[in-house]
Amino acid sequence: MRKQLCEALQERSVKANMTFLTGDLGFMALEPLRSTMENRFINAGVSEQNMVSVAAAMAMQNLEVWVYSIAPFCYARPFEQIRNDICFHKLPVNIIGNGGGYGYGVMGPTHHAIEDYGVLLTLPNMMVFAPVFDEDVETVIARAGDSGSATYVRLGRGEAPQGYTVPAYAPWRQLCGGSGPVVVAVGPLAGTYIEGFSAMPTSTRPNLWAVSELPIEQNPMPEHLLRQIAHSSLLCVAEEHVRRGGFASELSLHLAGLGVAIPRLVHLHARAHHYERYGSQSYLRCQSQLDPQSMLLALTGKLDA
Amino acid sequence: MPKLSVEKVMAARKRLLQMHFESGVGHIGGNLSALDAMLVVFNEFLSKEDHFVLSKGHAAGALYIALWSIGKLRQDDLATFHQDNTLLPGHPPANGIPGISFATGSLGHGLSLAAGTALALRLKCQDGRTYCFMSDGEWQEGSTWEALIFVCHQRLENLTILVDHNNLQGFGRTQEVASMSPLWTKLQGFDIEVQIVDGHDLDAVRNALMQRSDRPRIIVLKSVKGHGVRFMENEMAWHYLPLTTEQFQAAIQDIESI
Repeated sequence: MRKQLCEALQERSVKANMTFLTGDLGFMALEPLRSTMENRFINAGVSEQNMVSVAAAMAMQNLEVWVYSIAPFCYARPFEQIRNDICFHKLPVNIIGNGGGYGYGVMGPTHHAIEDYGVLLTLPNMMVFAPVFDEDVETVIARAGDSGSATYVRLGRGEAPQGYTVPAYAPWRQLCGGSGPVVVAVGPLAGTYIEGFSAMPTSTRPNLWAVSELPIEQNPMPEHLLRQIAHSSLLCVAEEHVRRGGFASELSLHLAGLGVAIPRLVHLHARAHHYERYGSQSYLRCQSQLDPQSMLLALTGKLDA
Repeated sequence: MPKLSVEKVMAARKRLLQMHFESGVGHIGGNLSALDAMLVVFNEFLSKEDHFVLSKGHAAGALYIALWSIGKLRQDDLATFHQDNTLLPGHPPANGIPGISFATGSLGHGLSLAAGTALALRLKCQDGRTYCFMSDGEWQEGSTWEALIFVCHQRLENLTILVDHNNLQGFGRTQEVASMSPLWTKLQGFDIEVQIVDGHDLDAVRNALMQRSDRPRIIVLKSVKGHGVRFMENEMAWHYLPLTTEQFQAAIQDIESI
């Protein structure tokens, strides 16, 4: 999604007060943005703590600020700076984490971001955006930048099947439907299930939903989805995020608060940093049983825990 | 701006002690080491266009007194220091007080916040100087060095950094805990103007603050923890301890006897 990100930010940079800070990342991707923004594009160097605090202060001076790095480097290392300097002051700094989830695959666990939005959503005034498709990025950047809130944009890799017509961006989107159970997936992972579900007969085909904005209280669930959940015997949540603090917990609490009867819940999630061997994002998704085949087994109760 | 008088400094010092005594709050030593220079900044240098970041947030008492000395806080406000429902907590708050932009207290944030402020002013082509008031202990924070590299690389000539170099930190002397002594020789390795002055000599502080350069500036204030109250001076215990009634009375007498 970096190409789309660069284009979206280039377009937005006509705003004279927009600034962009990178933690020395963006090679072969952000050069056009650097050319467009000139002195408003700042390579802050390999110093994420400083970069985040600088960003907060710039936002305090009414500049629109975007901060960019590999996902874990921009939320885990400078967490206190995000908490104290951005969130305590309700500053609208936009943090872009590239390679959310297992996006950096075989690069190893230091580069994985599988507890990012769970951690960040513990903070006040924080919104998370997880675009599903490449086509979402332009709208996500606009919505994040206009939100007036601190934001974390979890960039991944759009994985729409060939020939699939990507629906217009919305925080909640139904990507395919049928009479089967309800599946809700966070971000690009949702796109990986479309092909398998589409091949199923309507009578058993799941209602696949993608969620792209959190927390739920700022992104109300569609009534249609609530009705589907209420009438389903199975709700499956899939997220490239660890179990604790993840979307499934938030969704369960939210539904309970609404008084919606929760059907049996199956949660597919990232299995933390426990691997002895490494591999691509696809490989790591398989290890976590997040891949499409595991999803199909989970829906039929045949997945080994 | 009128020159800060010695009498006003003495009155501020006594008011600081009174505030801490009435609230039963410590952190007095590091406030007294910082107070003189902070008063000079607020009374003689800080204009509407300027910004002040207190990186050593545990000197909030000195900051509140400095704001009181220029009429931005009232006696009534100071009376609420550290009490329930106060606007004046033990470290500077995120909002509610004119002249305080950032909640600080976790060391190692202030220089980056000041750098971002100074850079923003430059990008907006606005006048105004940013002052960052730091402790010496917080140079043990890695983020402070990240910030210094950034400040120098960006050549933030509209930034003045003051370091309260009182040589005492939370649980020992800086030389015993994690020595960089003398700190200024490390700072002089960067592309920045470094000046070392007596942090309690008002003229020296004043003259240092008047200097301008095309580079960012660091003024290392050679200061004394607990300055102005002889039984507190250079005693680490006064990093933490509150005053008893007897100690408060003795401290006031000591200030008045000088």
